[in-house]
Amino acid sequence: MLRKSLEEAYRCQRTTGGNDAQAVCAVESYVTLMTTGKTMDFPSQTKNDPVRLKLSNIPYSVTSETVSSMINLSDLRLDDARALLEHDPASSLPDPEESPVAYLQSVIDNLCELSLKDPLTGLANRRHFRNVLSREIDVVARSGESALLLMLDIDHFKKVNDTHGHLAGDHVLQAVARCLASCVRPMDTVARYGGEEFAAILPNCPASYGKIVAERIREAVGNLSISVTPLVSIQVTVSIGGAYAPEWIRSTTALWTDRADIELYRAKAEGRNRVCIDRPPVLSVSAEEKSLLFGHLSMGDPAWITSVPNDASGVTAGGAMNRVN
Amino acid sequence: MSDVLNPPQDNVATTAVPLKPLGKVLAVTSGKGGVGKTFVSANLAAALAKRGHRVLVLDADLGLANLDVVLNLYPKITLHDVFTGKAKLEEAIVRAPGGFSVLLAGSGMVEYSRLTPEVRDDFLRIISGLMPHYDIVLLDTGAGISDVVLFAVSLASEVLVVATPEPTSLTDAYATIKVLVGQQKRQNIRMVINQTARLGDGRAITTQLQQVLDRFVTTEPGRPIRLIHMGDIPSDPSVRQAIMRRQLLIQSTPGCPAALAISQLAVKLEDTVIKQTA
Repeated sequence: MLRKSLEEAYRCQRTTGGNDAQAVCAVESYVTLMTTGKTMDFPSQTKNDPVRLKLSNIPYSVTSETVSSMINLSDLRLDDARALLEHDPASSLPDPEESPVAYLQSVIDNLCELSLKDPLTGLANRRHFRNVLSREIDVVARSGESALLLMLDIDHFKKVNDTHGHLAGDHVLQAVARCLASCVRPMDTVARYGGEEFAAILPNCPASYGKIVAERIREAVGNLSISVTPLVSIQVTVSIGGAYAPEWIRSTTALWTDRADIELYRAKAEGRNRVCIDRPPVLSVSAEEKSLLFGHLSMGDPAWITSVPNDASGVTAGGAMNRVN
Repeated sequence: MSDVLNPPQDNVATTAVPLKPLGKVLAVTSGKGGVGKTFVSANLAAALAKRGHRVLVLDADLGLANLDVVLNLYPKITLHDVFTGKAKLEEAIVRAPGGFSVLLAGSGMVEYSRLTPEVRDDFLRIISGLMPHYDIVLLDTGAGISDVVLFAVSLASEVLVVATPEPTSLTDAYATIKVLVGQQKRQNIRMVINQTARLGDGRAITTQLQQVLDRFVTTEPGRPIRLIHMGDIPSDPSVRQAIMRRQLLIQSTPGCPAALAISQLAVKLEDTVIKQTA
């Protein structure tokens, strides 16, 4: 993130001569953070305008090297972060000897990645889910696109744990998670909501497709054969509840998830292994429809000015005609 | 969340049931309140009764309709007593001044305004039991597009949407039609425009609604939406008088323009609905 702001600041300087204050601020905060409290000055060539020169004259690579030379990794308390990342198979860190900046950046990136993922399944975790959901509400409120939220729950999961043990339960969760991730588009977000409950956010999903997608997921999970021990394979089913965000309306994450949850309860109550989707909000009448419905009323078409009696409207129309003439 | 053994009752019942509509049942609905739904239901019933038909009007708003107020009827026994098993169905049906029968819900029915499967079944049983005794049953539904309204409409073979020329009423009527088309796959919807200022306004409004529907609502191929204009009811000071006196317009001033329009509506309904399904 910091690297990005630095790059942006630099590009801003190069192309437009842009917002100096912002750029400087970005670079300074970057450097400050990199060197733990020590602000670093770039060498300036003129005394009159040191700020502008120090940014525009120094290419990014140089800045980066300068920062690198200033960073002493041993000053930073990175042990906890390093320990965390070393246990995560997905993270790989560059050699700290070669470039301390690259190393630090990689630590930050990997930590960010880690903070958004569910450790068991590798799906988005609840934090990430909430962020994506609230961003989607913003999109829906401004664009009116139709977005679907699905809540999924593995049926009788407790039985799996009780019969085959918790390790088997974990295998099931992982297999279902992989299956869910493979059933949706790259733009969709699949998250582990908690326990054996998952959630999927599907932006730009037309009302007529929601059920199809959910049914496809349900069938795909039902067709999985999950080996919980070398000799035993089991099958599980999911119940799915879905709700569309109210188009053009800024809802809340709580209301939206509640509606999807209600549908999930319904799917469970109706016998599990099924999909229930909240009816799409067809009640809404768009501005375009409204303008066509009674645009003629507000435009003052004489035939629609209903409160004026016949003779009076004749006079008014005549008067208007006279004025025009 | 793993074991959902006792789901809340209201969640079970929030779907629109694709029930097979019953014959000879006309749902009067509107979307917006205060457009004259109950006024139209009551006077239309009286006009049909005058023409010799056996008519029943049912408060399908489960106690929130104003049918009792419009008709000035306060029976001791209502649908609520039937539901709670305190009375028989026959006892709850009363004779309205216009020569038709009325089944009022009673204020206690508000308890049942949450559509549980039991309420649905009871309601369905009551209507199907009553149907053979009448030439037509009118369902006076509530305003809005609630589950109860949609359920009541789903029981009817025909829908009559009441609207006024006001933008708010048109919008709500349009939204209602969209839902009826989308959820209940209805093709034919009958329209009556209340409080029109001049001849032809109502037909123009229906045409306008039809055009917007054609443009924005996609239906299955070969199943277009058809709005059937059933007539206008002109603005008429006698209507207000009748309502304030709590009389039926058809009885108090049978010759006034609005009463004549309702009589015409009755004739048209007789030709298109009663004779067709009889």
